[in-house]
Amino acid sequence: MDGVAVDGVERIFRGRGRRGGEVVALRGMSLRAAPGEIVAVVGASGCGKSTLLELICGLQEPDAGSVTAAPAVLMPQRDLLLPWASALENAALALRVRGMKTATARAEAAPLFERFGLGGFEDARPAALSGGMRQRVAFVRTLLAGKPVLALDEPFAALDALTRQEMQGWLAGALAAEPRTVVLVTHDVEEAVVLADRVVVMSPRPGRAVAELDVRLPRPRHRTDAAVVALREQALEALGAPA
Amino acid sequence: MTRFGRIGDPPATLSARHPRPRVRRRASGLAGMVGAAAILLALLGAWELYAVLSGVDPLLFPAPDDVAGSLSSDRALLWKDFTVTAGEVLLGIVVAGVAGFACAIALHVSLTLRRSTYPLLVASQTIPIPLIAPLLVVWLGFDLAPKLAIVGLVSFFPIVVTTLDALTRIDPDTLKLLRTLDAPRLRILRHVELPAALPGLFSGAKVAVVVAVIGAVFAEQAGSSSGLGHLVQTSIPQLLTARAYAAVVILSVFAIALFGLLTLAERLLVPWAHNPPGGTNR
Repeated sequence: MDGVAVDGVERIFRGRGRRGGEVVALRGMSLRAAPGEIVAVVGASGCGKSTLLELICGLQEPDAGSVTAAPAVLMPQRDLLLPWASALENAALALRVRGMKTATARAEAAPLFERFGLGGFEDARPAALSGGMRQRVAFVRTLLAGKPVLALDEPFAALDALTRQEMQGWLAGALAAEPRTVVLVTHDVEEAVVLADRVVVMSPRPGRAVAELDVRLPRPRHRTDAAVVALREQALEALGAPA
Repeated sequence: MTRFGRIGDPPATLSARHPRPRVRRRASGLAGMVGAAAILLALLGAWELYAVLSGVDPLLFPAPDDVAGSLSSDRALLWKDFTVTAGEVLLGIVVAGVAGFACAIALHVSLTLRRSTYPLLVASQTIPIPLIAPLLVVWLGFDLAPKLAIVGLVSFFPIVVTTLDALTRIDPDTLKLLRTLDAPRLRILRHVELPAALPGLFSGAKVAVVVAVIGAVFAEQAGSSSGLGHLVQTSIPQLLTARAYAAVVILSVFAIALFGLLTLAERLLVPWAHNPPGGTNR
């Protein structure tokens, strides 16, 4: 398993045409994720978190600085399941697009369905699944890509509060069972502290890391644990939120 | 791993969510049919009244009962010509469907191709069919070929436009995701873009069937010895106006039937296109 190293990265978006201005999404952004480490990145909306993930996944190139990362797979905020394909086919898409035969891909994806609480939903269409279930299918698809690094872009942001908490517990268990290097982008500080080994706090745009918190707490963690609450307050303070 | 199994929604949501809208759709379908019948009857009544009361020469404007009479007495002739026109339309739609779908894919894959040929494609639609129909007859003869060319030409465009639109509506995030899954271009096409384009093909075909019928009529009038378009053209100088109107009625019913069949096929083959929004994009 390999890690991620982002060093002094700058990323500027230039508008097209005469009226096009410049938007500096990231400036002097650095971040490291050791192999097998779960790093959460928190920051306000528009601070360049998604850009950071796309840089790690190789979907964009930095304008300055360097990004060294093992092969990474993106799990976007929306599940982006294909509406015509069943849940199992959607998860197996990660294998099918690499040329694996349908039957082999299904056979490889099926055990993960059982393991991750999707058993019995193999043939359900995405439209018949709840938001939480769809996100699980999307996560299984991400795992099946077989990449050492997972880039998770606010995976639970679109879910209701109750489902989000369930899914955080679910993801913690899933990552314990299938360890990967994870960069988890979120605006939910609590989610970051509950899930991550380390929390990186980003400044508003242009984004850069302004604080780093080590979360050396035993798992499973609960949002009501005193240590979790204390770290959450620390992270919020670093974000500049009013106490 | 029981802790994973316990979380999540009960399977009850699978069945509980759907029945209600389906019942409502059936009820509104019935109301729609009653409404359509009422409007049709009202139009026929107004037509009959006008034809009788206005004093317009029945040779110029036949009443509905004259047309109905022709539908019955000329049925053998009408049927024979209908099979000719129907064959041209069906074959033309299939040719345009295959060619249009392939063309839309090509235009989607190659931006250069799209930029260089899309304006020409639009321009091709502004050519009046009566202008080129005689030319096609000279080139291709009096048989099926020039009719197929014209039906294909008018049906091709709506199919290309709607299929291409369906392809451009694919979520850019989906394409980003596929890139991080290391999907090669051809497999993206096969697993994601082709299925996503299918609803566009159906939308286009629904528009195309109607213009295809008009196209077939023009093509037959330019040079033909059979077909409903030819029948319309030969009936009028013979003062058989009711028969010409009967041919038009058959063409309308044919277009409605094709449209209905396509709607049905769409529902069966691409049911996901009719799912309520919010399925995968929230």
